[in-house]
Amino acid sequence: MADQPSGPPSPPPSPAKPAAPGAPAQKAAPAKPAAAAEHAKVAPPAGPPDPSPPPDVPPPAFIASLQAAVPGGVVHVSYWVGDWTIVVPAERLIAVMRHLHDAADARFDLCSDITATDWPPRAQRFDVVYCLYSTPFRHRIRVKVRAAELEPVPSVTAIWPAANWFEREAYDMFGVNFTGHPDRRRILMPEDWQGYPQRKDYPLEGPGELLMENPLDWLKLRQAREEAEIE
Amino acid sequence: MATPTIHHGVMFDTNELVLNMGPQHPSTHGVLRVVLRLDGEKVVDAEVVIGYLHRGIEKLTENRNWTQIVLLTDRMDYVAAATSNLGYCETVEKLMSLEVPRRARYVRTILSELQRIASHCLWLGTHAMDIGAMTVFLYAFRERELILDLFEEFCGARLTYNSMRIGGLPLDVPPGWGKKVLEFCRIMEGKLGEYEELLTHNRIWLERTQGIGVIDGPEAIGIGLSGPSLRGSGVLRDVRKDEPYAAYDEMDFDVPIGTTGDTYDRYLVRMEEFRQSLRIIRQATEGLPSGPIVGKVPRLIKPPAGETYHAVESPKGELGYFIVSDGKSTNPYRLRVRPPSFCNLQGLRRLVRGHLVADVVALIGSIDIVLGEVDR
Repeated sequence: MADQPSGPPSPPPSPAKPAAPGAPAQKAAPAKPAAAAEHAKVAPPAGPPDPSPPPDVPPPAFIASLQAAVPGGVVHVSYWVGDWTIVVPAERLIAVMRHLHDAADARFDLCSDITATDWPPRAQRFDVVYCLYSTPFRHRIRVKVRAAELEPVPSVTAIWPAANWFEREAYDMFGVNFTGHPDRRRILMPEDWQGYPQRKDYPLEGPGELLMENPLDWLKLRQAREEAEIE
Repeated sequence: MATPTIHHGVMFDTNELVLNMGPQHPSTHGVLRVVLRLDGEKVVDAEVVIGYLHRGIEKLTENRNWTQIVLLTDRMDYVAAATSNLGYCETVEKLMSLEVPRRARYVRTILSELQRIASHCLWLGTHAMDIGAMTVFLYAFRERELILDLFEEFCGARLTYNSMRIGGLPLDVPPGWGKKVLEFCRIMEGKLGEYEELLTHNRIWLERTQGIGVIDGPEAIGIGLSGPSLRGSGVLRDVRKDEPYAAYDEMDFDVPIGTTGDTYDRYLVRMEEFRQSLRIIRQATEGLPSGPIVGKVPRLIKPPAGETYHAVESPKGELGYFIVSDGKSTNPYRLRVRPPSFCNLQGLRRLVRGHLVADVVALIGSIDIVLGEVDR
């Protein structure tokens, strides 16, 4: 279980791990920028610190029972300013979410939010973040899935219907490849928009010249769509 | 997408009609577009189209420093700007583990409850006007004006307040302001009776709202409703009680819930929320502690690397902020807003199915949306 994150998703857990034994979570943070400053002043961050919980803060019971019920489901547990986060591999996501929704000690019936974060230097650049809340127990948890650009992330709309628009927005803004979604279309941007605006490599002022460089592609796409509609 | 049912009558073939409502339509509260599929006058299915007011606020925040973002949050839920400010400031404070002075927390509570009343006034007025009761609109806006005056005296603005700072407040309340707030509470208490006289037992109002858009508790949670729209279905969920912030843990108030989960219950819940808000404002104004209004905030705000999610109860529901800081730059790495209107609007498709076209208008009013927040 512990060896999985240090393999493919490489950088993010490694800075957090050495800080974990003994050191409180706050101390993990200043160490990172100092190390990064040696290489380049404006180097983009390679990922969230995801600090491990300090030894005097025991994780809630439902995380332990989740680890027992879904083997290999949790690759990392993190604690920061009172929030618990678990990192889950994409292929175990549905099993983990199903457990969190149904288990008697978890009962996360409200899907508060689904969004994504973009960390371009990382191979699996996206963190898909699920914020869950339980109305009977009034506790929260954040579930994170790391995904590469085209890597499929299973949709959780079958568990929480509310996920529908959240996932559409994450797809619209980041291009996260949700699979099994009933209605995966753009939601805020126009349907024929190119690119994913919330990505870090997307310019703030919009596509501008990038779009005008190749207006033919744009027109072709439109024409193909119109023809498809006529048929 | 549900398969539409097409009934073939003996004499007539009934065909589905696709009707487009919006984005320029007075009852869609802004630029909402709803594509309805009708069988006669019955709604078979509805597709909600949004994005006409998308300004990319989440992207903009990644290029502004932490203090400047307060101003952007005003532009999301523009009828409850103070609550948006509060949610953002509290999340950054949580990220930085900042202590906010007690006086600032009290004033924040007063402001966000005044804002709740102002927002509910606007909701009541427009909701009633959509259904056909014009008078309530004029009454409700008359009282909303009093709140805007209070806000103007506090921070100089009437709509986009920019009324909070990370770690506290930009200004202390002006002298004599508390007295005016209490006077407003006295006036408002009487006016609530006027609204209720016009609507609560009005037969037309009952006919138009009872049994319209019924949804039970578990389903409402599943489709992501929050705030009064969820409490109308009998779910006791209020961020102010469940995860207290500002000074709500020191306030004594009740959370009203409905029983049947129809439009009328959602109306009753919000009417009772007016009274509970007045109760909170009175307690906070009378018990307003003295002391500083800003905590110990570093001159350059630069939260340590990390991320957090924090929610507040906006007049529309759970307003959450998910903020990621990289600890290096003076702007957030990622700021995500969980807008309550967005999630409530998602439930509209479920609510309107099987109802008449005229009820769609009642239901849009009933879930209380602001498009500035839906589209960001």
